Amino acid sequence: MFPKPIAKSAPWAQRAYTLVLPVALIVWLLPLIGVAVTSIRPSSDLASGNYFGMPSGFAFWENYSAVFKNSNIGYYILNSFRVTIPTVIGAVGLSCLTGYALAVYKFKGNLAVFFMFVAGNFVPFQILAIPVRDLTLHMGLYDTMTGLVLFHIAFQTGFCTLFMRNFMKALPFALIESARVEGINEFRIFWYIVLPLVRPAMAALAVLVFTFIWNDYFWATVMAQSADVRPVTAGMSELKGQYKVAWELISAAAIVAALPPVAMFFLMQKHFIAGLTLGATKG
Amino acid sequence: MKLLMSLSGLALGLGLMATSALAGELVINSDQSDPAPKKAMEGLIADFEKANPDIKVKWNNFDHEGYKSAIRNFLTADAPDVAAWYAGNRMAPFVKAGLFEDVSDVWKDNGLDDSLKSAAASMTMDGKKWGVPYTYYQWGIYYNKDVYKKAGVTEPKNWAEFIANCEKIKAAGADCLTTGTKALWPGAGIFDYIDMRTNGYEFHMDLTAGRVKWTDPKVKAAFAEWAKVVPYMSANAAAIDWQDAAALLSQGKAANYVMGNFAVDTFKKGGMTNDNLGFMVFPEITAGVPRSEEAPTDTFHIPSGAKNKADAKKFLAFLASPDEQTKMNAILGQLPVNNKAQAANDPYIKAGFEELSSAHALAQFFDRDAPADMAKAGMEGFQEFMSHPDHLDAILERLQKVADKVYKQ
Amino acid sequence: MSDHPSPSFWSRNQKQIAPWVFLVPGMVMFLLYVIYPILESMLISLYEWDGLGPKTWVGLQNYRDLLNDDSFYTSLKNNVIWLMLYLLAIPGGLAVALFLNQTVAGIRLYKSLFFFPFVISQVVVGLIFSWFYAPDFGLLPHIIHFFTGTDLAILAEDKYATFGVIAAGLWPQTAYCMILYLTGLNNINPEQVEAARMDNAKGWSMLWNIILPQLRPATFIALVVTVIGALRSFDLISIMTVGGPYGSTRVLSYFMYEQALSEYGTAMGYGAAIAVVLFVIMLVFISLFIVRMLAQERNG
Repeated sequence: MFPKPIAKSAPWAQRAYTLVLPVALIVWLLPLIGVAVTSIRPSSDLASGNYFGMPSGFAFWENYSAVFKNSNIGYYILNSFRVTIPTVIGAVGLSCLTGYALAVYKFKGNLAVFFMFVAGNFVPFQILAIPVRDLTLHMGLYDTMTGLVLFHIAFQTGFCTLFMRNFMKALPFALIESARVEGINEFRIFWYIVLPLVRPAMAALAVLVFTFIWNDYFWATVMAQSADVRPVTAGMSELKGQYKVAWELISAAAIVAALPPVAMFFLMQKHFIAGLTLGATKG
Repeated sequence: MKLLMSLSGLALGLGLMATSALAGELVINSDQSDPAPKKAMEGLIADFEKANPDIKVKWNNFDHEGYKSAIRNFLTADAPDVAAWYAGNRMAPFVKAGLFEDVSDVWKDNGLDDSLKSAAASMTMDGKKWGVPYTYYQWGIYYNKDVYKKAGVTEPKNWAEFIANCEKIKAAGADCLTTGTKALWPGAGIFDYIDMRTNGYEFHMDLTAGRVKWTDPKVKAAFAEWAKVVPYMSANAAAIDWQDAAALLSQGKAANYVMGNFAVDTFKKGGMTNDNLGFMVFPEITAGVPRSEEAPTDTFHIPSGAKNKADAKKFLAFLASPDEQTKMNAILGQLPVNNKAQAANDPYIKAGFEELSSAHALAQFFDRDAPADMAKAGMEGFQEFMSHPDHLDAILERLQKVADKVYKQ
Repeated sequence: MSDHPSPSFWSRNQKQIAPWVFLVPGMVMFLLYVIYPILESMLISLYEWDGLGPKTWVGLQNYRDLLNDDSFYTSLKNNVIWLMLYLLAIPGGLAVALFLNQTVAGIRLYKSLFFFPFVISQVVVGLIFSWFYAPDFGLLPHIIHFFTGTDLAILAEDKYATFGVIAAGLWPQTAYCMILYLTGLNNINPEQVEAARMDNAKGWSMLWNIILPQLRPATFIALVVTVIGALRSFDLISIMTVGGPYGSTRVLSYFMYEQALSEYGTAMGYGAAIAVVLFVIMLVFISLFIVRMLAQERNG
């Protein structure tokens, strides 16, 4: 293991390490800790200028309930779910199909199609913005959930295809071969043999796509105008205007908006990390 | 691809036509998502339906910010009968594109040239009227009377006195003038006033309409006046929002703030009261220049693609009436445009009413008087000037470069 | 692949057709929403259009105007700064990964918490750092004041604002690189490490000669994601500075948004031209990565 395992070092080094770890973590997360503490400060603290001292009270319930009561954040969070979940289903579903096609079949243009998906995943959003907005307008889907979801599904198919194809390529091809020998048709092979094997990959992908879409800001701003379509990322900027200088409320709102992906991350850590690091260890 | 799109568009269009407005239905689009404007609009619609029982109103209320982009879509794609918007140069692109209806007849038939006189100029283009205004609010200088007392100064009668006050206020440990330009527009309020007080309303309108260059010596003269107060302004104005600057005023860390009347609510929430929150007209700079003010005006228009223009015109006339304007503005906390209407019984509203009804002319605020892209460049220039007054020549040249591009049509 | 008796017409055709059937739904969406729009944007950049009325053909005029536009050069300069400084996330992530690559009690929790910033939306990161930098009540100005006695509002100074925003971006990006390297470190060949230790290799030479070569796949992915992320950066600038102060933190992605999609800009043709420039710049890097990945495919 590298670096040298701390257990093999001198006792003072071990003690030093165990002391430095929590300090390093606090320094690393300092901005976040600051916001979390601010979110439970009573508003009197901020009015009197007490930004860093011990909070003079524990205003957790007041602040967090005020955020929900006085703003649309509950609605925006609901909107975020309504955009994220269909996208996850659509993107993961489509990419199982496309990944399978690219992983299992040899045909001319296989690599070209694959790299089209990969390259398309890297393009800047701005090169897509005007035409996609136009297209959505013409379809009558501008400023609707459906319009935003359709775009996200289409775009995420790039990354997801890369992911599923690489994962499926690592499966033992013999399984498919023997199924073919037995005369099973292609679609049944896909559905009954391959799909169950890639469930961990689908889980990892779902978690990742959930996080990416939940945290998307550009498309949420460009494609969603009205409050009943706005996801929470776009809605946050409205909150800032509404709350004027109520930093304790903005902090609470920021924490609330960040919670779902964070919860998702802590619950599905293994899958999350597996998804992000696929390919990090291939030679 | 295009065929598919046009087919689906056609299908959508046919579907829409089948459910389109019948005579007697009035479709109104507006952006009154904030609580007070929403309430005022609900009242107006209820009264209108009561006065016109044969008309049913369908009201599409958009999010306030999103509306500014949404209107560009629905004016062409699916126009309502009545649409909310703003006066002056802000309505010009739609007028020029033929998307608004000429409503000079509504003005003539209801004597609006007389009762809506103060806002008439901002609703006129090519000699015709393009909408009906119903509310505006004043801009001016809000000041902290306690800070004034502490520094031993009184309301200045002109700019020279204002600057002299600044020296005393600085000695007392406060910023003379504060603002928060992270969102850019508050700085434009200061520029508008300094330009109007230095060079007059007509010159300012020429500048914002592109008839005068930014590199004109008179523009430089206005900035020179501004440079006098820059040393006494809040540092870091570029990093804070207008509400953060309002906190500075409320907490006594600043003495003056060039703002609109909507800020009074924020000042009061920060602890100010009618006793220590003062309001005054922006002081005179060049003696003899007639006093003009900023008064951004909200309006309603009829899109040229409207289906029910007859009832729409009835609505505009109703909107212009003194009673309706009194009612709406009581809720909005703003000023009715109709000079026969009543202003609310609040010291700041009353002061505003006096200020505006005796003004020589009313500007619409820089980002409505100048075209959008010119406004953006201008406001960035103001922001830079306040941090680096020595950059002035470079700023003005850059602004003129933008103006050359923007106004060439 | 076929050692068995001659397959029927249907099953042979099935294998030819099947891949395309699987591909078509995904491809149609992707072509419609990604590939076609790229081409359409290029076309739109040759017109002057306000999104409302008719399009006017202007050829390359938009590009000529760009070359004459100060904001364009500011954006380009900032994009270069972003690119160069964002790369710090890679050694930064490696350092944190090395620091955390021990098996003391609770290290899993530490790793998760160090990774935390990547999971949060950039909007929230931007708000957090805006608060961190805020004059009057931000933590950083307080610290700076404590140590140097001066007041510095990073986001208000055109000299420092971009660096302040990049620092905010480095926070989640370093966390991402850290996770890549932690996984990579977990998969290092332990025998090679033991053998090297027997030869008394340690510290830097061990890192450089034994460890880093084995981390190459992780480094490659970190490089790709970091470069792409630096050039695409939009959210933080939009939230923290709105492109200011007076446009000094503008980057090409935000400049395009201002010109074509925001309240103050309706110059769609001009915006499309900016997008095309950004796309071409990124295409250089995308091509390099694709070529590298293609080589890996051929070898793998």
